[in-house]
Amino acid sequence: MKLFISLLAVLVLIILPLILVANGGDSIRYLFGVIVPYVGIAVFLFGIIYRVLHWARSPVPFRIVTTCGQQRSLPWIKSSKLENPHTIWGVLGRMLLEVLCFRSLFRNTKVELHEGPKLAYGADKWLWAAGLAFHWSLLIIFLRHFKYFAEPVPYFVTVIQNLDGFFQVGLPILYITDIIVVVALTYIFLRRVFVPQVRYISLPADYFALFLLLGITISGIVVRYFFKTDIVGVKELGTGLLSFHPVVPASIGVSFFIHLFLVSCLLMYFPFSKLMHMGGVFLSPTRNLVNNSRAKRHINPWNYPVKVHTYEEYEDEFREVMRAAGLPLEKE
Amino acid sequence: MRDKGRIIIGLVIFLILITFPVWYNVARGKAGYVPQLEKPATVKQCVRDTSFMKAHHMDLLDEWRDRVVRKGEVMDIDMAGKPVEMSLTRTCLGCHHNREAFCNRCHSYMDVSPYCWDCHVDPKETK
Repeated sequence: MKLFISLLAVLVLIILPLILVANGGDSIRYLFGVIVPYVGIAVFLFGIIYRVLHWARSPVPFRIVTTCGQQRSLPWIKSSKLENPHTIWGVLGRMLLEVLCFRSLFRNTKVELHEGPKLAYGADKWLWAAGLAFHWSLLIIFLRHFKYFAEPVPYFVTVIQNLDGFFQVGLPILYITDIIVVVALTYIFLRRVFVPQVRYISLPADYFALFLLLGITISGIVVRYFFKTDIVGVKELGTGLLSFHPVVPASIGVSFFIHLFLVSCLLMYFPFSKLMHMGGVFLSPTRNLVNNSRAKRHINPWNYPVKVHTYEEYEDEFREVMRAAGLPLEKE
Repeated sequence: MRDKGRIIIGLVIFLILITFPVWYNVARGKAGYVPQLEKPATVKQCVRDTSFMKAHHMDLLDEWRDRVVRKGEVMDIDMAGKPVEMSLTRTCLGCHHNREAFCNRCHSYMDVSPYCWDCHVDPKETK
């Protein structure tokens, strides 16, 4: 049910531009080509600023020391510099491992109940591999798209797309990341459907993000390989949008508008969804804090002076009454 | 102790990176550039209509390549119903004399480097 609601939502997002742009006039093309992308970009940027500034208000009084590795203590006990860093450089290394290689996900384990009954834990690297493949492909695809926005095309974009199309298969040349991204997303989706524990905790938002990303990648593949359109016109639109002189060339076909509309929807959805883990990963307290609790005392700066009533003061206050009642006194 | 300062620095770096095409275009001053193609002076009609050629010229060339090299065919029918030789050098370049002012303008705009020219040479071009 959760799955079908999300699928339906994404299908509506595909059908909407398909019907409207195919039958609409110039104003509809302007709406889907200029206004919706502008709204998408604005919501994305301001949404991200809003979310991150909101997070930045959180107090960080203490270190959250995780026990992935030996913390530095005495000089003759070997400490784990990356897993439990005590310097800023160690933290930098841990963050790089986390952001670039998904170190935490690499630790992913699976639990199996065997006959006996016997409980067994094993390594499960598939999610890590698919996640890494998906994210890196997405980054490469994202950077490749700079050629639609930047004129002249930056050198790094040329290098990336030449590497991506290294095997020169087909015409237009097949990009390897186009295949990897779809395969990885499909695996991540099927895992949600077929692993009972994961399906149980899956929400419509989980499926929606996957379907939306699949819709974007597949629609992009469709524009590039199947329902081709005038990409010079697409770049005119792209550079026009970013230089605030938008034009919608008449030669752009409906297939591109579907892709653009899905991307605009992703931009609008992004800051307010689980996809904000893009920013959140940098703010993970268990990853980005130096674990120096043993070396340095961290005092909560918001400690307010607590009103205390010591026993001495108590005794002073009630001495006579206590003596009358025969209670022992520290001071006569 | 809040990490506000460092988080805002990170946010600013992100915003600079994500808006890269905007300031890159401003710095290079070519944001409004759209390639203008040199059209043949004498011939007004291509082998297919313009909108098809804009999106699918590579498919047509691919098809021609296969039909000439693999099936041994020579002639194709153009949109006016006239036979036309399936030849990049003679048919395409026959009208679009200047590759630099026609093919390459869009290809460099879109950063496409087709390997047509690995084998085909523009006879009028001197290196």
